[in-house]
Amino acid sequence: MALLEAEDLVKHFPVQSGLFSRDRGRVSAVDGVSFAIERSQTLGLVGESGCGKSTTAKLVLKLEEPTAGVIRWEGRNLAELDGAGLREYRRSVQAVFQDPYASLNPRMRVGAIIAEPLVTNERLEASEVARRTGRLLDLVGLPARARDLFPHEFSGGQRQRIAIARALALEPRLVVLDEPVSALDVSIRAQILNLLRDLQAQLGLAYLFIAHDLAAVAHMSHTVAVMYLGKIVEIGDARAVAARPKHPYTQALFSAALPSHPDEQREEIILAGEVPSPLHPPAGCRFHPRCPHAMARCALDEPRLGPVNGRLTACHLYDAVTPEAAERG
Amino acid sequence: MSAPTPLLELRHLTTHYVSARGSRVVAAVEDVSLRLHAGETLGVVGESGSGKTTLALTILRLLPPAARIVRGEILFEGEDLMRKPDREMRRIRGKRIAMILQDPMASLNPLFTIGDQVAEPIRVHEGASRGSAWTRARDLLKAVKISAPETRVREYPHQMSGGMRQRIVGAIAISCEPRLLIADEPTTSLDVTIQAQYLRLLRDLQREHGLALIFITHNLGIVAKMCDHVAVMYAGRIVELGPTRRIFDAAAHPYTQALLESIPRLGDGQRRLAAIDGQPPDLAALPGGCPFHPRCTQVMDRCRADDPPAFDVADDHAARCWLAARDAR
Repeated sequence: MALLEAEDLVKHFPVQSGLFSRDRGRVSAVDGVSFAIERSQTLGLVGESGCGKSTTAKLVLKLEEPTAGVIRWEGRNLAELDGAGLREYRRSVQAVFQDPYASLNPRMRVGAIIAEPLVTNERLEASEVARRTGRLLDLVGLPARARDLFPHEFSGGQRQRIAIARALALEPRLVVLDEPVSALDVSIRAQILNLLRDLQAQLGLAYLFIAHDLAAVAHMSHTVAVMYLGKIVEIGDARAVAARPKHPYTQALFSAALPSHPDEQREEIILAGEVPSPLHPPAGCRFHPRCPHAMARCALDEPRLGPVNGRLTACHLYDAVTPEAAERG
Repeated sequence: MSAPTPLLELRHLTTHYVSARGSRVVAAVEDVSLRLHAGETLGVVGESGSGKTTLALTILRLLPPAARIVRGEILFEGEDLMRKPDREMRRIRGKRIAMILQDPMASLNPLFTIGDQVAEPIRVHEGASRGSAWTRARDLLKAVKISAPETRVREYPHQMSGGMRQRIVGAIAISCEPRLLIADEPTTSLDVTIQAQYLRLLRDLQREHGLALIFITHNLGIVAKMCDHVAVMYAGRIVELGPTRRIFDAAAHPYTQALLESIPRLGDGQRRLAAIDGQPPDLAALPGGCPFHPRCTQVMDRCRADDPPAFDVADDHAARCWLAARDAR
């Protein structure tokens, strides 16, 4: 059983405007998304602005309620959990956000920041809190004297370590990492990515890793899911998807990734136009207006995720070649 | 061989920020020398606080009041910009040297139409009439691949997407056919596929107009893709300067080597990243000797005492490192 399973998750936001807040329709930020996060593994979520990856993270963190669909934690439906069960879930799922300058209270000392989840959630002796805070600082590679300092006395990379220590205070099983290194300097990013990998190995953490840096996601993830306009278009083994993407959008996305050497010549697929508004997503396959391989049926039928070369891809190009997809019809 | 007189030559350029009481001096740009020929692309890479933006503002003499150009020469088309009166500098900026900034929303005025803003430099610098400037503006929008330029000229920045705004800023930058374009992190706020579109556009514009381009970025991938030459900045200095391919294959400075090693690459699997320990230095309190020595894995006694000058390690390739002194010719 997966640690966390999402099945057909849907999140709509109403769009209102004008003096009397007339309903102007709805934005389907997430539209029928399914995935699983295994213990001690990383699911990477990639896609461009507005594809729904942050909304997906909020649904997992229970900062938003899904319009439809189910999230299961160790097999139990979150919607059916009682108060105690929900508290347990919220302790087990923590988050680290992009900007360590905004996510730490400038008036609190680092020791208090890290201890806050412990103090509010557990009845602990002061000495036990101090012991655990010390252990957390050690775990993320900060010196013990850091506890008496304020966030402004730290650099971006060290602040992100503080944010990670706080996220680990309640010994979570899953950590949502929303762009955890994109605000950091290049020379610091590798430090934090290595730290996250070490913590995963040491503590058996599962990660939901969201980033726009494709190479970083491929590096960190076991499984990667590519989202476009609220849907997963391709999901599978991270290295396979990065090396041989199947969905035309994934192909374009990875072909647009910057090279790591001037001799690395990738055939660049430049997509026409921009991502359409999620207020009026195109009919059929949502990618068809920009797809270099679009066929007549792409504008009519929405493709379903089906197995292609050991991963799932939602594209009509593979209808003919995959017997499984044909069977399901 | 390239043209005998470079389009731009910087000689020992040094810019400091001085606090109001003169007690704190931040050495943002220190002894920078480089040459750029017409049609070439130079990448200036560095982390935040390495002085790369101050270098760009120094070239344009657009520094804030607290900054002083302490010494050095800025030779543009053979003339020293340091000796130009402000009135003449204003004629050069926007006409012969243009700049694109990081945030396209902040560089467009929300109260004026796109047409007014694209036409403005043409009217100011070339004294064109409103009508003819607007005609040129429509052509420029077409050149930067804005669809339906006839209607777009009458619209406002908020009606454009991020990618379109950045292309409009590009249209303004090339409106007076400058010889040199300085782009400061022009794609950091853009999505991957939009970034690819924009980089291709810049390259096309460069080829068509024979522009020289200075790309200021923290992203080595952009350098690998776009630049003929690279200048790596650390603590206000150019620590390494050379042809892009040579820098990627045979970097001479330990900082450049470490930076290249620390970046995750697509398809490199789960190799552990080589992180650079420590933090970038505070420019107001630089360590003695080579500013990189506290983080350098190959540090020697001499590095703690003396700041190395630039040594030529090969044709066109120089490094500011005592290790390079050994191999210097």
